[in-house]
Amino acid sequence: MNNWNKLRRKSINAIMLTLTGLCTLFAAGTLVYILGYLFVHGAGSLNWSFFTQLPRPVGESGGGMANAIIGSAKLLLLAACIGVPIGFMGGVYLAEFGGTTFSFVVRYVTDLLNGVPSIVMGIFAYTLIVLPRRPGFSTFAGGVALGVMMIPIAIRSSEEFLRGVPLSLREGAMALGASKSKAIWTVVVPAAKAGLVTGIMLNLARVAGETAPLLFTSFGNQFWSPGWKQPTAALPEMIFKYAVAPYDDWHQQAWSAGFVLLTLVLAVNVIARMILAKRGPAAR
Amino acid sequence: MAASSSTAIDAPPGGWAHSFVKRLRAGDEIAYLLTFICAASVVAITALLVWELYINSYEARVKFGWSFLWTTTWDPVNGQFGALPFVYGTLVTSGLAMLIGIPLGVGAAIFLAELAPPRISSALTFLIELLAAVPSVIFGLLGIFILVPALRTAEPALRAVLGWTPLFQGAFYGVSLFSAGVVLAVMIIPFIISISREVILAVPGDQREGALALGATRWETTWDVVVPFARKGIAGSIFLALARSLGETMAVTMVVGNETKIHASLFAPGYSIAAVLANEFVEATGPLHLSALTELGLVLFALTIVINGAARILVASTSGKGMS
Repeated sequence: MNNWNKLRRKSINAIMLTLTGLCTLFAAGTLVYILGYLFVHGAGSLNWSFFTQLPRPVGESGGGMANAIIGSAKLLLLAACIGVPIGFMGGVYLAEFGGTTFSFVVRYVTDLLNGVPSIVMGIFAYTLIVLPRRPGFSTFAGGVALGVMMIPIAIRSSEEFLRGVPLSLREGAMALGASKSKAIWTVVVPAAKAGLVTGIMLNLARVAGETAPLLFTSFGNQFWSPGWKQPTAALPEMIFKYAVAPYDDWHQQAWSAGFVLLTLVLAVNVIARMILAKRGPAAR
Repeated sequence: MAASSSTAIDAPPGGWAHSFVKRLRAGDEIAYLLTFICAASVVAITALLVWELYINSYEARVKFGWSFLWTTTWDPVNGQFGALPFVYGTLVTSGLAMLIGIPLGVGAAIFLAELAPPRISSALTFLIELLAAVPSVIFGLLGIFILVPALRTAEPALRAVLGWTPLFQGAFYGVSLFSAGVVLAVMIIPFIISISREVILAVPGDQREGALALGATRWETTWDVVVPFARKGIAGSIFLALARSLGETMAVTMVVGNETKIHASLFAPGYSIAAVLANEFVEATGPLHLSALTELGLVLFALTIVINGAARILVASTSGKGMS
């Protein structure tokens, strides 16, 4: 009787442990499969003209997505110009100056803003910029949408990395007669520099893949988009448009674009995580 | 300090003004003000976001009132707007994603936190967290070209096992609520894993030792002691994943089928709030249509805010106790 019970418990043990292992295998396997499939399909159809040529009209084969690559770069630049300074300064406030009540409110609202679906952010930018025609569908509107999305993550990551700097460094600087702000700019921020920069990189990599907020802000464009006031193509938005279109040629282009986008995003992530890992778990 | 300030010629007497000028000169006040403004801007942006959604949905709110949420006609041509098909699709796809994602995600988190050797665990966690960084449009791309054809092949088998339920009836074209649920599941699993794993790792070691010392097997220790200890954090990770899947746009738009009808069958095409926003916003036929879409945005916003808020409270309440 006792033996039978023991056997039962042991076999449940073995079965369940195996099952959890299988769950892990599934999750990790998915990534490997995604990567493999994209590499095979995307890299195969990738060629030089993808990076240098404009999209061709339907029916003509060839062409590329040069305008979308430049468009994405411009959008990200604008987003960084909005999101990074505000997020960084906000993080400095929370880590260095913040009291209790207001900081709590800011943290809470930041987390809420971070949880807002990206498509809702798109509506926000639309009602703010596109609807009143200042200046309508444009690189500017898309950049603002992405920039606002960067702020909450930038705040939380810079706060975290600044908090990781030991208190003794601040005390040392202030004991030498530095004012609080001087101590922050010359001692604390440089000490947290690697973390801050990787935080920005991860943040950019995240918004680089955002499609939903661009659909009704930067809108898309088959041609070059000079300046900031015209609709522009962007890589993720092109992937969407080309993937749902019924043309085989476009599907191939979508795979190439997906391959390029995913390679960039994952490369940034891997590099950033390696930098963070080198700095030890405390820095995360 | 006091001595130097009393000898300064230009310094006005009196404590507060004097120290303010001094701090201003050192840059502290400026830095404080500047960083304060940036921190406060988050609150301002969020308030503005709510305000914009609210005033821009005015027409639809006045015209349809609360019945917007439970009427099923969505007819831009005749100006009739009811959101139920989208709310239904959003809830069903997310529910399905939870059904698939929770056991897989929590199972993998248990394996990574409790069983795997540290080196393997950290390597696998690294891989899985990369999965969380994959843009959603890529999941959509893979959904269209891999998952949908694969499900078409798997359809007879699915039907054979589950075909007796009303959930797997009717023709199956590949794009369906079911496909969207599966894609969403794959997308949320990394979130559940990475947060749950951290929460489980934070459970104090003596809890495990106690159970093992009483003769519990490894699994009994994990399931009866460690997991209950971490349950709030795990629940929090699930809520976070749920909020994410409710608002997920691109991947769902690409595989859900985009049909404004309510079908009981998961094999039928459907629609979700985020998907209809993505598809119709730019092509809105008039102010009322636009206003109704904005109201949908407001609904989605409210839904995710509530669930996110609950998740934060749950995660915070365990990590505060467990970590230290």
